Formats: sequence, C-alpha cells, structure tokens
Amino acid sequence: MNPALATVAALTMRFGASGPPALDALTAEIPAGMVTGLIGPDGAGKTTCIRLLAGLLHPTRGTLTVLGRDPVTQADAIHARIGYMPQKFGLYEDLSVIENLRLYAAVRNLPDADRAATFARLLGFTGLAPFTTRLAGRLSGGMKQKLGLACAMIRRPELLLLDEPSVGVDPISRRELWRMVRALADDGIGVLWSTSYLDEAEACDHVLLLAAGHLLFDGAPGALTSRVDGRVFQVRGIAGNRRAVLRRALGQKGILDGVIQGRHVRLVAAKDAPPIDLEALKAGPEAALVAVPPRFEDAFLDILGGGPGGVSALARQMEPKTPRRTAVVEARNLTKRFGAFTAARDISFAIRQGEIFGLLGPNGAGKSTTFKMMCGLLKPSAGQALVDGLALGKSPGAARARIGYMSQKFSLYGTLSCRQNLEFFSGIYGLAGARRKAAIEGMIDIFALGPHLAASADTLPLGFKQRLALACAVMHEPAVLFLDEPTSGVDPITRREFWTHINGMVERGVTIMITTHFMDEAEYCDRIALVYRGAVIAIGSPDALKDEARTPETPDPSLEEAFIALVARSDREEPPGAAA
Amino acid sequence: MSAPSLRRLRAIMAKESLQIVRDPSSILIGLILPVFLTLLSGYSTNLDIEHIAIGLALEDHSPAARDLAASFTATKYFDVRQGGDRREFTDALTRGDLYGLVVIPQTFSRDLARADVTVPFQVIADGSVPNTATFLQNYAMGVWQAWMERRARERGASATEPVRLAPRTWYNQELVSLNSLLPGGMAINLTLIGALLTALVVAREWERGTMEAMLATPVGRFEMLLGKLLPYFLLGMMAMFLCLGITLAVFHVPFRGSTFALAVVSSVFMLSALGLGLLISSLSNSQFVASQAAIITAFLPAYFLSGYVFEPSSMPLPVEWLSRCIAARYYVSCLKTLFLVGDAWGLLMPNMAGMAAIAAVMFALTLKNSSRTLS
Amino acid sequence: MNIARIQSLVVKELLAILRDKKSRIALFMPPILQLGIFAFAATLEVKNVSLAVLDKDGGKAAVELTQRFSGSPYFTKVFSLADQGQVAPTLENERAMAVLVLDANFSRDVAAGRQATAQLLLDGRRSNAAQIVEGYAELVVKQYNDDLYAKRGLPGLPATLVARNWFNPNLDYLWFTVPNLIGMLSMIVGLVVTSLSVARERELGTFDQLLVSPLSPWEILVGKTLPAMILGIVESVAIVAAAILLFRIPCHGSLTTLAFCMVLYLFSVVGFGLFISSLCNTQQQAILGTFTFMIPATLLSGFATPLETMPQALQLLSLANPMRHFLAAVRGIMLKGMPFDMALDTVWPLAPIAVVTLALAGWFFRRGLD
Repeated sequence: MNPALATVAALTMRFGASGPPALDALTAEIPAGMVTGLIGPDGAGKTTCIRLLAGLLHPTRGTLTVLGRDPVTQADAIHARIGYMPQKFGLYEDLSVIENLRLYAAVRNLPDADRAATFARLLGFTGLAPFTTRLAGRLSGGMKQKLGLACAMIRRPELLLLDEPSVGVDPISRRELWRMVRALADDGIGVLWSTSYLDEAEACDHVLLLAAGHLLFDGAPGALTSRVDGRVFQVRGIAGNRRAVLRRALGQKGILDGVIQGRHVRLVAAKDAPPIDLEALKAGPEAALVAVPPRFEDAFLDILGGGPGGVSALARQMEPKTPRRTAVVEARNLTKRFGAFTAARDISFAIRQGEIFGLLGPNGAGKSTTFKMMCGLLKPSAGQALVDGLALGKSPGAARARIGYMSQKFSLYGTLSCRQNLEFFSGIYGLAGARRKAAIEGMIDIFALGPHLAASADTLPLGFKQRLALACAVMHEPAVLFLDEPTSGVDPITRREFWTHINGMVERGVTIMITTHFMDEAEYCDRIALVYRGAVIAIGSPDALKDEARTPETPDPSLEEAFIALVARSDREEPPGAAA
Repeated sequence: MSAPSLRRLRAIMAKESLQIVRDPSSILIGLILPVFLTLLSGYSTNLDIEHIAIGLALEDHSPAARDLAASFTATKYFDVRQGGDRREFTDALTRGDLYGLVVIPQTFSRDLARADVTVPFQVIADGSVPNTATFLQNYAMGVWQAWMERRARERGASATEPVRLAPRTWYNQELVSLNSLLPGGMAINLTLIGALLTALVVAREWERGTMEAMLATPVGRFEMLLGKLLPYFLLGMMAMFLCLGITLAVFHVPFRGSTFALAVVSSVFMLSALGLGLLISSLSNSQFVASQAAIITAFLPAYFLSGYVFEPSSMPLPVEWLSRCIAARYYVSCLKTLFLVGDAWGLLMPNMAGMAAIAAVMFALTLKNSSRTLS
Repeated sequence: MNIARIQSLVVKELLAILRDKKSRIALFMPPILQLGIFAFAATLEVKNVSLAVLDKDGGKAAVELTQRFSGSPYFTKVFSLADQGQVAPTLENERAMAVLVLDANFSRDVAAGRQATAQLLLDGRRSNAAQIVEGYAELVVKQYNDDLYAKRGLPGLPATLVARNWFNPNLDYLWFTVPNLIGMLSMIVGLVVTSLSVARERELGTFDQLLVSPLSPWEILVGKTLPAMILGIVESVAIVAAAILLFRIPCHGSLTTLAFCMVLYLFSVVGFGLFISSLCNTQQQAILGTFTFMIPATLLSGFATPLETMPQALQLLSLANPMRHFLAAVRGIMLKGMPFDMALDTVWPLAPIAVVTLALAGWFFRRGLD
C-alpha cells in the first residue's frame, strides 16, 4: 500500500454525553495516490470522520495525524494542503462559476500568475468552460458537484476529502466525477470519498466500511467481495411473477439476500448452506440458476448476516385491489413550459395496474417536472396527467385519497412525534374511528415503531424515518403510490425491507410510480421511462433498455451503462443546442 | 494561525459584496427599507398636534360666550364641532371621533363677571390618549389667556401678570417634531442593517454549508469576520447617506453638523450594530432564530429604548438603566445633536465612548463564541 | 369541507408549534418582554426633568421662584449655573432639559409691580418633551403669580382651568400603552404563527405532501387559520388578563364585546399572515415580509402618533390596517365602556379585510402548481 497521508487511531467522537458515539474507536489509514472509499449508510459516522480529519471537529478520544500534523492544534497548516468539499458542495449559490473559482483561488492563496492556467485546466477538466458566468445556484446537481470539486482542488491538494459528492447526482455525472477523481489519484493525490452508494465501493482502491460508528471492514474492495465468491446466483429464465419467486426464495433457508435485477432474481446463499432449491421457487420450467460474480453489496449483506425476509406484513394486511383493465396512471402528451424553457415536452405513457414504473434521467432533464405533473403538484401547460382517469390537479379530494406520496426528503413533520405523524396523516386521508385506530396500530406493529412512538420525527434514526414516511404514505391503502427517490442514503437492509413491502403491495394490485438515481432500485421496475432533455428517449423493461444499448463493445451492459449509452445516443441523434 | 493576507480579505469582501448586490433580502433591508421607512415615518410620525377634533358645547348665548367660542374656532390647534348641549358629544367622545369637549355653560357670563381664579368654562379631555389630552388642556388654556388679555386691552385695563414666562426653544424654534424624529429614525435603519441583515447572512452561510467549506481553507477567523463586516459597514453607510439625502431634500430638516462628524459617529454605531449581528449569528445558526433574536435584542430596543420617540429619562429607573446598554440610545442623541445643534463634540465624545464600549463587548463575546470548529 | 380532516390539520399545526422550543420562544418572548419592559418605556410623559437656573439677579423674588421650581414635583433636578457662558454647553450637552434665565432686574421688577420676565430656554431636539416642560413651567409660574396676587390682595385673572379627563382621570400613561399593546401583541402572535407556517412547509417539502392529499385548498386554509386563531385567542386572553389584573387597567365595557372585536381582529391579522406566507417560498422571505408589514402597520395604527396629523393618502391607506380599527375599539371598550353597537361600528372594516386576505391566501396556496 502507498504511504499514509492520514492516520487515525482509536478515534472516538461523541456528541453529547448520552447516546452511542458517532465514531467508535476508529483506526485506519488513508494512503496517497489512491481513492479511499468511506462507505456506509447515513448516520454511520462518515461526515464526522471527514470533519475530524479536516480539523473542523475535535475528537473526544484517540489520535489523528493528517499530513504529519495534528488537526487539533495545527489545523491551519493542514488547511493549506488539503482540499475539502462538504455536503452540498460548499458553493456560494448567488456567485457565478468563475466567481466561485476566483474566491477559492484567493482564499487558498493560489498565486495570481498561475490563476489563468489553473482556471483553464479546471474548467476543461470539469467541462464547465461554457458556463463560467452562470450562477452556481442555477447549475444542475452534477455541475454543482464538479464545480465543488474544482474549488476544492484549486491548488493541487495532497489530500482531497469529499463528503458524499455523489448524492442526488445522476449516473452520467457520477461517472464523469469518478473519471476526474481517478485522474487525481493517479497523479499521487490521496482521495477520501464518502458515499452511501455501495456500488461505488467497487470503484475504490481501498475501502473503509462504516456502520453505526464502527469500522466493519478495512481493505481492498475485492477482499470483501471474495468472501461471497461462489455464493451469488441469478435465477434466470423466470416464467411468471419474479416478485413471487423472490418472496419464495427469501423464505428459503440458507438464502441470505435477494434482489430483483430486471427479469432475473439475484440471490446470495449463506456460507455452507445447502444448494438452492430451484423447484421450490416455482420459477417455471425454463428457470436456471447461474453463478454470477459477487458485488460489494452482496458481501456487505453477508457481514451483516443477511437481509430481511421476503414477506411483507404490510401487504398481507392490505385488501387486494379490484382488478382494472385500463391504465391506472396515464400521461397524455404532457408538456410543461416555464417561460421560454420547455422542461417537458409531449410525454406519454400508460401504467397498468400492479406495475412498478420508473422515471429515470439525468439531473435537470425533466424527470421531476414530469413526476410532479403526474401527482398533481404541477399543472401541465398542455396535455393531461390522469390517475384512474381523473386529473389530480383538478379533481376533488376523493381522487387524491386514492394515491399515496413519499418523497426523498421524508416529508414528515419533524417536531411532531412518531405517533402524532401517523395520527395526522391518517386524519387528513379521512380515516376515522376504529378504522383509524386499527390502521395506526397496524403500522406501528408492521414497522416496529413501538419504541420510538414518543420521539420527535426529527430525532429518529434515518431507517426509522424512512419506515415512518412509508407508513404515513400507505396507511390509507392507496391504489397508486408515487415515490420520489424514496431510499437515498438509506442502509441496504432498510432498503430491502422497503422493497419487500413495495413488491408485496404490487402483488395486491397497487400501482407504483418511482423516480430514482439508484440503478439497483431501477432494476426492480417493470418498466422504465428514460427522460432526457424534456422528452422520453426510451421506454421499456430494464432488460429491454439494456438490449437497446447492447453493442459489440459492451455485450452485456449494466442498467447504468445502458442509461449512459442511451443518453449518448440521443445526443448524437439530436446534438445539444439543436433542440433549443 | 496563518498570517493575515490582504488578498484573502479582498476576496471575501468581493464575494460578500456580490452577494449583497444579488440577494433580494440585502437590497430590501439595505436600501428599500431605509428609504421606505424614512418616507413613511416622515409622512406619518408627527407629534405636532394640530387640528385636534373637539366638540364645543355653547350652552350660554351671551356675546362674550360667542366671542370665546369664536376664539376656539379660529385657532389652528382645534377643529371645532359646535353644539348647544354637552350631551350631544358624549357618543363622539366614546367613539374616539373627538379628543375633547369645551363646555361654555349657562353660568359663563355670570361667572366671568365674578372674576374668580377659576375659569368659567370646562375642558373635558379624552384621557385614553394622554399625550393629546395634555396638549388639549395646554392649548385651551392658551386660547383662554389670549382671549382674556384681548378683552382686558379692549377695556383699557391691564391684564399683565407679575411674572411672565418667556419660553424660547433652541435648535428647533418651531418645535417641528419631524426635525427630531427623522434623524433618530436613521438609528433604526442602521440597526436593521447591522444586526438583522448581518445575523441573517451569517446564519445562511451555516445553513448552506458554505461556512464549513470556508473553515477548511487557510482563511483566518479575523479575515472572515473583517471580510464580512466591511461590505455591510459600507452598505450601512450608504443607507445612512441615503436617509440623510431624503431627510434633507424631502422633509427639509436642518443639518447643522458636518458630514465628517456624522460619518465618524455613524461608523462607531455601525460597529456596535455589526458586533451585535455577529454575536447573534455566532450563537444561532438558523435564520429563523437569528432573525427572532435580532428583532428582540436589536430592533425593539432601538425603537423603544433609544429616545427615538420615547424619552429614556422619563422611564422607570430599571428600564432607564437598561436603555444605557443600547447603543442606539447614544446614537440617537448624537444624531439629533448633529442635525439640530452642530458638531457639539462635548456631547458626541461621551456618546461615542458609550457606543465603542458596547461594540468592544460585542466583538469580544463574538470572538469568544466563534470557534473555528463545528459542533 | 371535511371536519375530521380539518381537525387533524389543526392538531398537527398546534403540535408543530408548541413542541418546538424555538417556536415557543418566538411566541411567548415578545409579549413577556413587551409587557415587562417596553410597556414602561413607551411613554410620552415627561418625568424627572432636569432644570438649570441662571440667576443673574440673586434677589428675593428670583430665589423664591427658583425654590418654587425645585419644590415642584416635575423638576426633580434643579441646579444653578454660574454665568451666561455655561448656558449653551449645558443645553447642548443635555445636562439639563431646560434652562431658566432670570435677568439682573428680575426681583426689582417684581417688587416694583412691573412685569418681570423669566426666560425659559428649551431643548428643541426633544420637541415633544420641550412643549410639556413648557407646560410644567407655566404651571409653576402661574402659581407664583397667584400667590403674588393674593399677597397684594388683588383678584387674579381667572386662570385655573377646570380640566377633567374622562376615561383616564389621572392621565396614567400605562392606561394608554397597555391597551394598545394588547392590539400590537395579538398582531405579533397572529403573524408569527401564520406567516411562517406555509413558508416553512414549502421549504421543508411537507406542503407538497398536503397538496397531494385529499385536502382541498379551502380545508388547508381553514386548517391553518384555526390554530392561529386558537393560539391568538389564548395569548390575547392572557394579555388582557395581565392588563386588568397586573396593570390594573379598568375595563368598563363588556368583556364579551371585547372578545368579539378580538376575534374579528385576529381573523384579519391571520388573513394577512397567511397571505404573506402564501406568497413566500422560504422562511427568510416570510420573516422579512412579516417585518415589512409590521412596521407600517404599527406606524399607521394611531399608537405612537395620532392618525389625524397624517397626510390624507396615508390616512386612507391606514383604513386597510387591522390594528387601526382594533386599537380604537380596545381603548373604547376598556377605558370608555364602549357599547356593542358602537364597537361594531368601529371594527366592521375588519370583516372585509379578513375576507379579502384569507381569500387571497387560499388562492395563492396553489401557486407554484403553474
């Protein structure tokens, strides 16, 4: 391994006297010339760790050395030699791209003589050269992130600390960012990259896996994935309902974890488990079990002892929905104009009952505009968004009572307790009396909210916030569920639990519409609409999209590769600028 | 700590200035609100009580009574509604349509002849508005005395009193209240810019995470504070001169001091207001808390305790002591003096010392509280 | 309208405010501070007047008059100056609020029965105080004159005004300030609760949650109005109770009439608050918007300065100000025993104000959907 730029030993950080420490006796090294991944779900202690390294917090116990100095007493000397990008990128939103660069150049003492060359290099590197006069607040998430990175590395730092640089950023921008960071590491810079996306771990040279303040793994990502070598399979050639297959598989002894990947089901077997009983999965005559290379996430789940079971208690207590033959959710030539700018143009699709429909697309492509029009939060300039044949924007409350909505921000009332949130949402959806009581008790039971009922929603651990948000969105047993990036930052176990519920509800006839940046979440969808520059550029099952993107160079594209290829194809067919 | 660098300081100032120009709330508090407040208070706050609506019950119809009634009608201080019976006016008094009632009773002519020390008519004032009631009595007394003297002169008798009080008002001969209210109002504007706006912008940097990014650069605490202060200081001075312009051009308030003295005094006050703003923001890192704190600790005291409208010397002792901790009190005193008296350094110096002391305390507390770590 | 849904909204709104420490402080601090400190500060009375005397005469009459001044309850600090040169600095540096100058022949004139002149120099920087101090001085001099008349056995000029102050016989300033503060504080409460409510929900994303629920905009409006009304009423009752019990302000009118006007007033205030809030996307905008509304509302309310002295345009504008109407009513009811029909006559404009602002707020709730 390369020489260490930073070392921490028995590092412990507590906020307040009570409660578990945010970081518990962390011992690790960050080497030069490598990308070190600081991986873990929200609340694992990633931000605390980075702030300690940047000298922005003083540890409760333990020692740190950064670039040979002590961040507690010599923070200034360290600040001159590191680059740091906090969450939300640390940009001044009312300053333009070039003004942000100038500011950081000055505060980081970049000599004037080097300025022009550095700016040219960074702008070229980040592809921001055409946008120098645009205000940072007007940039898309991906562009903000690149600008944040440029500001953090305005003077070639020796150590670059990036706190969740990829949150809310689409796969294309993420890939570009990785390309940049890789170039920096090759140049000898030590990069610490924190993320809650486990798939990013595989791109790192070195991984520190954190959960609840504890270091679970320290080493090359391959070293972790190798522990599940030979235990990861895909069930292929499934006839019929792959969600039911997954449910049965997760009920089988010896299967640790399972997810849906397009038309296949991915399974991880426990160590020394008996062979998977394909018969019992009732996957049809064509079904076959194929060994596949393990992923980081498979290994992570293995460390944690596996995911939750496949049966959703939530779905079980739901009334099955009356089958319908017509489309439940329908977009008819949806168009949205903001002044001269067309955010969405002529978008049409129809979602059948019991279908999971995903909206994917780069940041600022019109995905959220479309989503908002569908759930009635935005009035279309032209066209119609229909749910059960009714336009939500205009329709009376009765139609809106049939939908559920959950957004990435966990739209809970932070100062209300867990129970008060449940009471409120059941109330506004018109549940009353015994039915309301039963619904609330049911949710408390299903989501194990019991111990947290009196706690303010703000103070709940993230996993419970997510559960509570889902509970609030589905208490009234909606026929259609709108999910806006529902699991970003959530740990993989909670995410699996979430999907178990979604799958269960779908089997009961609930229709789902979802937006996400997580490609493995997109794999759960029956169909995906890829929105780019305000239009649907591809629509179909995840596998159909992969097929569309298949080329001799990439014979078996991942969904992410398909996403990138399809966007690139659209750019070729209709170069940017021509569309405007 | 790394050596302070002029370049970093300039960069932070440039950033802050750009933000001021682009942020609608800075423009609102920094420029629009001062102009709006100056104009509004110029047109609305007028303590010069003229045309007080009163009722006049003329129950005696003698020529003398009518003559006195005419005196009341003639003066600019009163808008008289005349009637024949005092009971006609009770409702109007209760409703607040009239501030008082002058009753010239049937006994007026008889009592007038008796030449008693008690005047032969009654004044009833609406005590629910005490300031107006006081003025009403004084003015009624004035009307009566003028009437008596004229009557005495007409009869060739002397009506002179042994001792005559000859009041003369210095600095503001006509006692135009606007002349003292408008200069005082400038203190309110500078308080808003210094405390409210500064507290808001620093809290915003915490909320948006930019403060965190800055703290991880070689920028020193001193550079950060000074780089923030100077642009808002300049904005405050601009607003001050803008108010000065309106005050002089629109409302013709005299300005007898020098611009130099005004600039010096305002600078010292601005420091104390900025100090308070920074202190608030170092103690709270959400905009909501910062704004509430700024309104409670800066705006309300500047309005109530500064002597802008209400005299601190007339307040109960503990409240008066409290007012001495408010920088605006010293500033208002300086402003009124600069406008109406001139560069009276004998008054300006001690007041500036008071403001400087408050500013020093604010900055000391701010430095103590703004550590370079988060937590 | 669905009562159960609205009830849920009301409960949520109340809990969201009362469970949050910062909101509680924002709600309860201003009334406590204002009643505890600013009620005593907001006085146009002039007390503790300091007077400098330049007695160039030194004779009997001059000393007597000076003693009259020091003996009067208004002039608490009377001190003498040595020479003319001290007059200007004394006034200029605010060491005295007024200077009494007695000329060298003052006593001689008095003794000779000629009219003697006592010059009173006033500080025009404090224009209101100067006029009141002049009134005080007139009283002292008048009494001195009366005594001189009596001594000489002459009938004086009838110069004692039988002034009666209805509704507040002793002109106690708190009787003026506290009822006005009731109006001002109720406004602060109503605005704080409402103005942030929509903007905060917009900023945090929970407003979308409400908009996709079966709630109609009108139900949201009612659900936002009622909690503010409840908190406003509770706090107003507490303030009125404090006014009557602690400050001993009389309440001659009926409490029912006062309550009626208060409810109408709160409706109009809440209407303004929700209207401001529905226009704002962030809490910061809402805070500044509220503030920008509060200042002119206070200035144009007739609290600090009488409305009659304002230009016609501003008087017209003040008709849209809920505080103006309520202050007239609260003073009328408490101090003057204003009967119900007259109170109604005073506060009826609050009803159209409330209707218009609430309707606009409801209309703007769905803004952003376009």
